[in-house]
Order: sequence, then C-alpha cells, then structure tokens
Amino acid sequence: MTKSLTLDVNGASCLVRVDPDMPLALVLRNRLGLTGVKDGCGLGQCGACAVLVDGEPTLTCVRPAADFEGRRIETVEGLGTPEKPGPVQRALIEARAAQCGYCTPGIVVAVTGLLRKDPHPGESAIRAALEPHLCRCGAHPSVLRAVRALARAAPR
Amino acid sequence: MSANPSLAAHPRVEDWITVRPDGCVEVRSGKVEIGQRITTAVALVAARELDVPFDRVVMAPARTGLSPDEGYTSGSNSMEQSGHAVRLAAATARRELVARAARRLGVDASTLETREGLVRSRETNRTLGFGELVEDAPLTLPVDLEAAPRAAAREAPRSPRIEPLRLRGLVTGALRFVHDLQPEGALHARVVRPPHYHAALASLPGDLEAGLEGARLVRDGSFLAVAAEDEHHALRAAARVAAAARWSAARGLDDRPISQQLLGNRRESFPVRECRPREEPVPEPPPDAPRTMRAVYERPYQMHGSLAPSAALARFAGGRLTVWTHSQGIYPLRSAIAETLDLSLESVEVVHAPGAGCYGHNGSDDAALEAALVARAIPDRPVLLKWSREDEHAWEPYGPAMRMELAAHLDDAGDVRFWSHETLSDTHVVRARPGAAGPQAGRFLAPRYVADRVREPARAPNLTVNGGIHRNATPPYAFPETRIVKHLVHDLPLRVSALRTLGAYANVFAAESFLDELAHAAGADPLDYRRRHLKDARTRAVLDAAAERFGWAARAAAGRPVGAGAGAGGDAGAGRGIAVARYKNAKSYCAVAVEARVGDDAAIHLLRAVIAVDAGEIVDPDGLAAQLEGGFVQAASWTLLEAVAWDRDGITSRDWESYPILRFSAVPEIETVLVDRPGEPFLGAGEASCGPAGAAIANAVFDATGVRARRLPLTPESLREAAAES
Ligand code: FES
Ligand code: FES
Repeated sequence: MTKSLTLDVNGASCLVRVDPDMPLALVLRNRLGLTGVKDGCGLGQCGACAVLVDGEPTLTCVRPAADFEGRRIETVEGLGTPEKPGPVQRALIEARAAQCGYCTPGIVVAVTGLLRKDPHPGESAIRAALEPHLCRCGAHPSVLRAVRALARAAPR
Repeated sequence: MSANPSLAAHPRVEDWITVRPDGCVEVRSGKVEIGQRITTAVALVAARELDVPFDRVVMAPARTGLSPDEGYTSGSNSMEQSGHAVRLAAATARRELVARAARRLGVDASTLETREGLVRSRETNRTLGFGELVEDAPLTLPVDLEAAPRAAAREAPRSPRIEPLRLRGLVTGALRFVHDLQPEGALHARVVRPPHYHAALASLPGDLEAGLEGARLVRDGSFLAVAAEDEHHALRAAARVAAAARWSAARGLDDRPISQQLLGNRRESFPVRECRPREEPVPEPPPDAPRTMRAVYERPYQMHGSLAPSAALARFAGGRLTVWTHSQGIYPLRSAIAETLDLSLESVEVVHAPGAGCYGHNGSDDAALEAALVARAIPDRPVLLKWSREDEHAWEPYGPAMRMELAAHLDDAGDVRFWSHETLSDTHVVRARPGAAGPQAGRFLAPRYVADRVREPARAPNLTVNGGIHRNATPPYAFPETRIVKHLVHDLPLRVSALRTLGAYANVFAAESFLDELAHAAGADPLDYRRRHLKDARTRAVLDAAAERFGWAARAAAGRPVGAGAGAGGDAGAGRGIAVARYKNAKSYCAVAVEARVGDDAAIHLLRAVIAVDAGEIVDPDGLAAQLEGGFVQAASWTLLEAVAWDRDGITSRDWESYPILRFSAVPEIETVLVDRPGEPFLGAGEASCGPAGAAIANAVFDATGVRARRLPLTPESLREAAAES
C-alpha cells in the first residue's frame, strides 16, 4: 500500500510514492538522494537527521513523511554547496568545527534555524539549540566558537 | 632497514608517492581517515617536503592492492609511521627531481632550488616543472632513509592556514559516507540478532519469507539477515523476523558485580619492567612501611559509541568480492574475510570509505564481514548492510572494565619511596592479526553464529611494550622503587576490544588521582608535589605550560588552603585539578588542568579546562588542537557519565537514553597550549589528553568537595557513595 506525496524540499516540489508510515529521513535519503540527512539512531535521540521544516529544526527519522506535506523542508544540501557554502557552513569551515563530520549536517541545520530567529543569540541560547545534537568526536568547543563568531559578526 | 615498519615493508618512493606529468602529486597512505585529519596531515607533509602547493596533493583512498599495507590505523602511530615514511619518500623524490633538472639544464644541482612545484636555476632563472621532469620516466627509486628533510618545510608550517581535506564536503552534506553509498541495484540489509551473546536460534517459522513483502531472508545457523530493495521494507522485514524467531540460551550473562568477577576469576599475572610484561613470577610487595597509603580505582565497561551505526557495502560477482568499509585496517580485514568465506586473498578487495569516528575497534569489521556473507548469499547485487543503533550499543566490543590497585610508601617529608600499581582487566586487543597463530574469524561476530561455527580464540596475554592492560601503568615520575603488575583476568562477561587509549585512560586516572592523594597527605600543592618527583624535562614543560595558562600559581599565592573545598578565586565553590602523562610512555606529553564545581545535587559541572601538549614537531596545529579537545570531551563523558549496563538476559544499554554521553550544555571552555618542538620527531597525539582529563576532573572534584571519588563514572550516586565511605 503506497501513497503519493508532494514534498517541498530545498525549494523544489517533489512527488514520491511511499509507504504511508515511511519516515521522512528515509524518503529524503533514499528517494531524493539527500544523504546529507544522516542516519544516526532512528530513534529521535541524536540529532543527525535534522532538517528545517518551515524554518524550525526538526528530527526526521521517526515521523512519517506524510506528516510533512505542504511544509517547507530544507536539508543541509539546501543551505550551501562545497563551491558556495552558506554562512553557517563557512563559519564551521573557518573554525575547523568538524572531525568525522557525521554530526555536522544536523548541527548546520540547528544553527541556521537558531540564527534566523535570533541573529545574536547568547551562550545559553546557543547551547540550548545544540543540545539535541550528539557529537562523539568532541567537536563541541570548535562548534561553539564558530557560532559565537557568527553571532558577533551579525549586523546589529 | 628502517625501524619504521611501514617503510620497512614499503621501501620505495613509488610505494608512497607518484609525481604525475600534470604536476599533481598522488600520495598513498595505508592509514585511514577517521576524522582525526590524518590525510590532511600526511598531505601537508608531502606538500612541504616536496615543495608543491597543498592543493596539488591528491590523497588516494586506501584500497588493498594499491595502498601500502600499514596494518591498523591505531595507537597514535600514524604520524610516526605514515607521516615519517611520506616525509622521507618526498625528500628523496625532491632530490631526484633536482638531479634530473640539473642533468637536463647541464648545470650543477647546487645551483638549483625548488619553489612551489618548479625547479629553478638561481643563475639563469630557467625553470622546469616537476611534471616535465617525470614525463619520460616516472620516479622509481628506493626511499633514502637518510634524506635530509627540507629546512624550510619546518619553518613554513603556520601560514597559510590550510583548510582540512573533506571539510567542505562534510559541512555541506556532499561527502558520502559508506552509509550513503547506494549504487544501482543495491539492496539494503539488516541483521536480526539474538537477545545476547550466548543465545542460539531455536526455531523460525518455515513460511516466514512469504510474509516479508519480497524481502530476502538469509539464514546460516544462528546468523539471520534480511535484504530488500527498499530500506523501509528491510526494516519492517527485520522486525517481523525478530518477532517470529525463537532463541534458546544454555546460559545468560554473568551479572554479578564486575569488581567481584575481576577479583575472583582465573587470572594470569606478569610483572612489568620498562613498560614490558615479563614472564616471571610477580615479586611480593615489600612489607608495609610506617607510612603506607593504598587506594583502589575502578572503571566500568565503556563503549565507543560511534555516532553512526556500523555499515558496509559488499558486492560478490564472478567469484570476486569487493567490500567498502570504514574499517581501521583494510589489509587485516581482507585476510579475515578471505579466511571466513574461504576465498583467496586475490579475490577479495577491501576499499576504505568514510565512516563516523570509531575511536578504536568498534563494529566496523563485524559489519563488513556480515555484508560479505549476505552479498555471497545474493550474488551480483551490491548489499548495503547497516547496523541499527541497538546493534551498535549492544554488540560492539566495549572498552574493558578495569581495577587499579595503587600503593605507596612515603618518607617523613611525604615523598614517595616505593610505588606499586597493579591493574586487573580483560584483554584490550581482540583485533584480527594476519600472521597470528590460528584462525582469525572467531574474532568477528558473525562466524560465531553461522552453522559452521568458529569459537572466539582464547585470550592470550599481550606482552608488548605498553600493550593494553599495562599501558601507562608505568609512572613518569622518578620514584626510587616501583612495582608494576599486569593481571589478565579470564572469563569476564562482555565482549571487548580496543577503545581509544586502551588501558591508558584508566591507569592514568588511577595513578594521577593517587598522586593527588599523596600530595594532599603530604600537605603539598598537587602541582609542586608533581614537580618534586618529575625529572623528565618535556613532561615538566607541559605541566608548567598548563599550570601557567590556567593561572595555577596565582591562585595558590592567593592563599587558598589546599583541599579546602570552597575557595578563593574563580567560581566560588569551584575546585581545580591537574594531571599529566606521556601517552604510552612514548608518544605525546600532555597535561590537563580543570576547574569544576559540584552542585547540591552532587552533579559535577566542568567550568574550564586547559590542555598543554608536546607532540614533537607540529604539522597541522588546527588538527592537533582538535584531537586534544576531542579527546578531552570524550574522556570527560566517560568520566562523568558512562557505564555499560547488563543483566542475565543481555545488554541493557541499548540506546542514547540508556547510555547517555556528554551533550553541548556540559562542555566546558577549553584552551589548548601547543608546545612546538621543530626538528623533533612527530609524536602521535590522538589519545594523549584522555587519561590526564579523567584524573584532572576527579582531582578538581576532590578540591571542591574533599570527596575522593575512585569509582568511574563520577555520577551523583558514586559521589554520594564515596562521601559516605570516606
Ligand atoms: S537519526 Fe534522527 S535523531 Fe538520531
Ligand atoms: S564530528 Fe564526529 S560525531 Fe561530531
């Protein structure tokens, strides 16, 4: 039993036929080739699969894709490319803020969501936005430095 | 022959480096990238030594048959092996290029210089590109072990600051991990596992496959896997099979407290001298002196906890198997796969593909072997086999539980006359070793469950210098007399293997906590007490560098009573701790100072940390700092939070809620001080900060509260227990 869904992903309208209970992460990764959405736990516990949904950082590994029809979805691929990285990506490059990088796309998404709402977040807002994101390599200090630099550099 | 095993096995320039006619330089390393930026560091070494721009160096992915066989990427050996080999190969190549240019131009080589991929005559200004010099004849010559490193290569390192390889791909999601490889026609596979190690498949309904929506069921003994074109179907099929399978177990996991098992089980004991266990009787400890102190420290089983569950892609076609894997050892893995599947080495190819950080021997090799088994059962289709989060938590080989028994005799001034350190633990190294006696397949999971079952090989004591259990059990201090003993304890309950630092983290945690106890007993400042016993200049230098940046002396001068808890300066109620070690007694020197506060709820809050390191000559300062910070954060997580839990029916740490790790809110401010030693050999640094981090935290907790916590992790419960015991 499959169902047709129209998803708005990175500015494009995408038609997919999927099982109604298929999690959004699997649709993005396997049907749309957006493998920047990482598969870390499938349990909503690690933050690796985060995307922006109507601007809000949202985990995608549990909730079915069907829930996201009519919502604006942005994955890490929609936030910049290796040739033209977006501002958050540039700041993370500048701060060398990734080791293995498996947690990084989720972190890019979380920081983008935060800064769109509040371009000058304080320390506790920064840490709260990153709290859902696990990083086993311990890249936290460099990620924090990158986000503070972005907050400082944002026009008042 | 070189003392560097990588060079001894691959003594020619062309084993490591190809200068291509287009002027680019291809570098092959057998060490793999696992987030530690080794490929960036090796590429930098090649660029500087050859004198070519960094962006013209191409690092070839590690692949059996093409890359040098450098065993495992482990033990902080990569810079000393691969980095050193590439440096000498590049220096040899550069000299050869200059010699060729001299012949071509009919001038003396001494009138030539290199600059950014060109050879230039100082007299005529004529230049020849490196590419032109290899058009007719590629560089093939032995590496000159005496080749002098280019002096400028040492001076140039800091600028321009280079961007690590792959970083752009990581932050934009463009870089594909092995989990993301989905070639045409690929199947998604999952393994259906028994409830625990000792269970075997009792029954499976005969008509099961019919209800799997077209998913394939692969069964071999108690090894069960499903594969489907759609990953979601594969997940659903795995759940159905798991629900239908019946397992039986002759025994469960031994769930008595691990300290009881470490003390009570059969063991083999060895005295350790000059960091090496000896096959001799263990000397009796001398009788207690008038002033004797003793303490016991414990570490639980802890996991690698890679952020990505292990995965591998395999394809079996025409009798040949190719496996893409995030393994740390492509050649040892190839041997083990060939052995298990009864294939010739030549018909198996293992290719390294990016994975998440692994921090030692995690599930990567197991997943590769499982993917190979499924691919053989379904030939001609690529099979992407991924572990679930639960697989990773419950089935990876953990860092072993350890018990450290410390004792010291003190003189009237409170100084150490005699120091004893005994460590009891399971083995730390269960990796497959090509050339080792006996079959290697039993070191992997799947072969223990297939019909033609292979048992896990019996534990053999690791008698190498600074091996697993005894790694860093030898103190860096000039004590008049020491007694170091390693005990390999048998028949312990959980699956184990190498976790970042092996025994070093817990041995340093114990030794540097104990030294702190002795300092307090002597009424001495812990920094001064360490300096009193430390003769080695480089160890002292990192200790002093950390103390200085931390502001240790200033606060001592402020008259803060030692060990008094709530104190002057910094955060009211905060304590401070310091610790130092040289990893493996042979790699980087590292000191860590920590400021921490303990709340009314007995929870520990890390406020600030300073890490000072001496890693010999520094190649990539950013990468080095990242490794040290990362090592600190990981060790802080082990120290504050982590313990694998189990009961008779299996592992109960099955996800990130039942096995939490440190999150952003708990990470302190960290500063790193890099002590550069230009001209000194590279020293591995990836594991250097972990041991000192654990001890510095415990020492800061003592300073803040007067409670000495000796049982890891330092959770509120363990602090309360320690307070009650003291
Ligand atoms: S993969 Fe979605 S939260 Fe972990
Ligand atoms: S960089 Fe490896 S998990 Fe964050």
